[in-house]
Amino acid sequence: MTVSALVPGGTHVTKRILIADDEPNIVTALEFLLQRNGYEVLLARDGETTLQQVELHRPDLVLLDVMMSVKSGYEVCQRMRERAEWQHIKIIMLSAKGREAEVNKGLSLGADLYVTKPFSTKELVAKIDELLGSAAKAGGA
Amino acid sequence: MLQGWVIVLTSFAYLGLLFAIAYYADQRADAGRSVIASPYIYSLSLGVYATAWTFYGSVGRAAADGVGFLPIYIGPTLMIALWWVVMRKIIRISKRNRITSLADFIASRYGKSALLGGLVTVIAVVGIIPYISLQLKAVSSSFTILLQYPQVIAPAKLGAMPILQDTALGVALILAAFTIAFGTRHLDAAEHHEGMVAAIAFESLVKLLAFLSVGAFVTYGIYDGFGDVFRRAAEVPKLRAMMAPLEGVAGGYASWMWLTILSMMAIMFLPRQFQIAVIENVDEKHLNKAIWLFPLYMIAINVFVLPIAFGGLLHFPSGSVDADTFVLTLPMVERHELLALLVFIGGLSAATGMVIVETIALSTMVCNDLLMPILLRLPWLKLTQRRDLTGLLLGIRRGAIVLILLLGYVYFRLAGEAYALVSIGLISFAAVAQFAPAVLGGIFWKGATRRGALFGLLAGFCVWSYTLLLPAFARSGWLPIGLLEHGPFGIGLLNPQQLFGLDRLDHITHAMIWSMIANIGAYVIGSLSGTQSADEHRQASLFVDVFRQGGGGREARFWRGTASVPDLYRVLARFLGSAAAEAAINAHTRSKGLRYPDEALQADAEFVHHVEMQLAGAIGAASARVMVASVVKEEALTIEEVREILDEASQVVEYSHRLEQKSRELEAATAELRVANERLTELDRLKDDFISTVTHELRTPLTSIRAFSEMLLDDPEIELAQRKKFLGIITKETERLSRLINQVLDLAKIESGAAEWQESGIDMRELIADTVAGMSQLFKEKNILLEVDLPERVPAVTADFDRIVQVVLNLLSNAMKFCDQGHGRVRIGLSAQKTDLQVAVCDNGAGIAAADQVAIFDKFRQGGDTLTDKPQGSGLGLHISRHIVRHFGGRIWVESRHGEGACFYFTLPLAAAPAAEPQ
Repeated sequence: MTVSALVPGGTHVTKRILIADDEPNIVTALEFLLQRNGYEVLLARDGETTLQQVELHRPDLVLLDVMMSVKSGYEVCQRMRERAEWQHIKIIMLSAKGREAEVNKGLSLGADLYVTKPFSTKELVAKIDELLGSAAKAGGA
Repeated sequence: MLQGWVIVLTSFAYLGLLFAIAYYADQRADAGRSVIASPYIYSLSLGVYATAWTFYGSVGRAAADGVGFLPIYIGPTLMIALWWVVMRKIIRISKRNRITSLADFIASRYGKSALLGGLVTVIAVVGIIPYISLQLKAVSSSFTILLQYPQVIAPAKLGAMPILQDTALGVALILAAFTIAFGTRHLDAAEHHEGMVAAIAFESLVKLLAFLSVGAFVTYGIYDGFGDVFRRAAEVPKLRAMMAPLEGVAGGYASWMWLTILSMMAIMFLPRQFQIAVIENVDEKHLNKAIWLFPLYMIAINVFVLPIAFGGLLHFPSGSVDADTFVLTLPMVERHELLALLVFIGGLSAATGMVIVETIALSTMVCNDLLMPILLRLPWLKLTQRRDLTGLLLGIRRGAIVLILLLGYVYFRLAGEAYALVSIGLISFAAVAQFAPAVLGGIFWKGATRRGALFGLLAGFCVWSYTLLLPAFARSGWLPIGLLEHGPFGIGLLNPQQLFGLDRLDHITHAMIWSMIANIGAYVIGSLSGTQSADEHRQASLFVDVFRQGGGGREARFWRGTASVPDLYRVLARFLGSAAAEAAINAHTRSKGLRYPDEALQADAEFVHHVEMQLAGAIGAASARVMVASVVKEEALTIEEVREILDEASQVVEYSHRLEQKSRELEAATAELRVANERLTELDRLKDDFISTVTHELRTPLTSIRAFSEMLLDDPEIELAQRKKFLGIITKETERLSRLINQVLDLAKIESGAAEWQESGIDMRELIADTVAGMSQLFKEKNILLEVDLPERVPAVTADFDRIVQVVLNLLSNAMKFCDQGHGRVRIGLSAQKTDLQVAVCDNGAGIAAADQVAIFDKFRQGGDTLTDKPQGSGLGLHISRHIVRHFGGRIWVESRHGEGACFYFTLPLAAAPAAEPQ
């Protein structure tokens, strides 16, 4: 239902979001939710795949689960922030661990937002819209 | 040439020189620069052992017995080797208790017993008087012989002299005067007679020099060296016989042994030896050098004995000259008058040295241990109320000196002519040997009692008197000689020299055997049969444990009572004089930072003890005790209290020991606490982790549930198929949530020990079959091949049926999850081992890395690789399974190689009763 198209100059018309989580049902939920809100959705089940997907598809935003195998969300976040060309990519960390120390760790590693599970779908979509700008919404409507 | 006046003048000149030396040494001592503080002077002064008896008598004995004279010198040489053990202890005890004499030592050891001190004094005086008479005899006869120069006439041939012309009496009186001048200048008998010791050391040199001179003269002047003397002697059959070591000695080996033992005792317990070795010792380290210097002196003074004896026997073959005088008569017949005079002076020095020290020692004993205790107890003398007793004390000592020398003279007149010099000396040796059990036992055996010492000394002294003193009087004609031939009243068994038929021994050996049996026997039996008084117990401990005691002050704790300082001062002044008393008290008070007279000065136990010790130094322990007791109100300590005080020291040691142990225990407890604390911190961290993990595991399904619910609520346009799918997920996640909560609760129950276990005999075949049947539908749905491999029959195991089902279910569902997705195969098997049943659940999945094979049984640990679908599970199943299996005494583990599937095994021990049959 969402159609992604490349315009000359390399910018997306439709904003592209990468969902990195190893919990299948959560992935299913997020995928459905974001597609319904007009975003292009990419999936990754572990840390390593996440970095590969970022390299390949340059998403505008990554929903990054902290507890993933092979590479944790923290590590992926850190790697991404080490790359200059990826600085513009927004990162929202999702975690069932909501302790302050963990939140701070995520933010200090360069995440734009830290959201604890379970979350409100409406609020999450609102935050994503905010981070990516209203243009995306218009483009997808 | 050698007129009488020359000899007398020389003798007085010599005595004058001695006095000058003594005076100089005393002056130096007063100035604080002692001349006797040297191990060499100490060793030389011990040479007082060699008396006129050695000087003249050794040759006499050698002329009669050959080498038979040697035991008298071998004994001391052997004994002195033991001095570091024995004498050092005696010296330490004596210094600490301000002992004044041998009698004081024994009395003090056995509870400061005045009776014992008196007895020792009597034995010493009676026993030593023959010895003193021997010295008088030696001096007077050598004087008489020398007077005949150049003729050689034995004194016996001159006939008895009237008393007034008897030189022996003159010698006795002169020596008495000399001893008084030397020995009673100070009152404090415990302090050193420095002048006397210096003079004695000098005399030891003189007599050694004189003896070596005459020996060298005989050996090298008359003959041509040792070889020549012995060769010539060997030509005479009678003399040749004497060269064999034991031939010449009556009694043979027994006699040698007993004479050696006798002289071993003599070097310790002759009053003069005790005086020089113990009382006059200024530093116990001097013993180190004396231990080898004194034997050297003994060898030097004996080396020429045999040549002189043989020379004399060859020279006077007729026997007209007494062998005791060979030392003097040989230079005389060779017309060497100066050498003869030197020999006379040497003999004089040997005699005076002995007499001076012996009478000083004996007079101290007579005064302190015999007369004072008696006088102080006679109320009508009112001595305890006299202001100054110093004059009296000195008077008694001086009188005692004169009396002892006169008694020596009397013995000389009565019995002296009957024996040779050596035999007289040995009688004295045998008397002082009686002190050995009481002294040696007293310093090594705490159980020795006053009663034992008293009995032992009395018994030994009686036997000595009967077997040695009585025969001496009989031989001198003062008792019927028939006594020695047929025994008293004709009873042969009681013959004093063959008691109970013990004959074939010389009379000294005979007397020693019987007196020692009586003495030691009575001492031991007397000690063992009675109990010690508190005083005795305290003194025994102070003596025996002298090396274990610390500094001073310990003795003071044995005193309890009340006293006034002025009273004590008056007592002290009475015996020491007021100047000395004040000095003694000041010395004590200064150490406490006070001055006398000062009101703050308390007559406490320490002060009373100090006063008693000062008094003991002057009048002996027993008398000091009486005097102090007369002015203080004393509470007697019971034996239990004394024991308590003695035990206190060991208790303190014990207490500090226990404290150390306590502190060690505390340290250990602290360490344990630290470990426990670390463990608690660790557990706390684990609990946090657990909660954090559980929360995480709970939040994950909740996240899905909430997300789907919200989406369904917010978006009414979702298609029906989608809706169905979402609701299905919600239902599954809710189930997952419930399962997780149940497992967490289950685990908590098991871990806290609150779980209930329903134990019963289980047929594992049936259990597995039932479980597999329940799950077969699931396996079918997932298209996984399930193989079941059960034996015909297995023994029963005892366990909780439902719990074991839980384990099997868990393993099977794990296998289902992890097996190959396309061609899944799971196998469950059962086998009976020797002691247990083993269940195996295998899959054909990816397997488990070796690193994870133990960890997967921990909480919330799941097999790593999840590139594919993340397997559903709480991460608690294996952990709970392990708890269950272990509870029933079994084991659970996994065997796997990566990529080749995994096999989980668990065992359950067979029921104890082998009869248990499966149903």
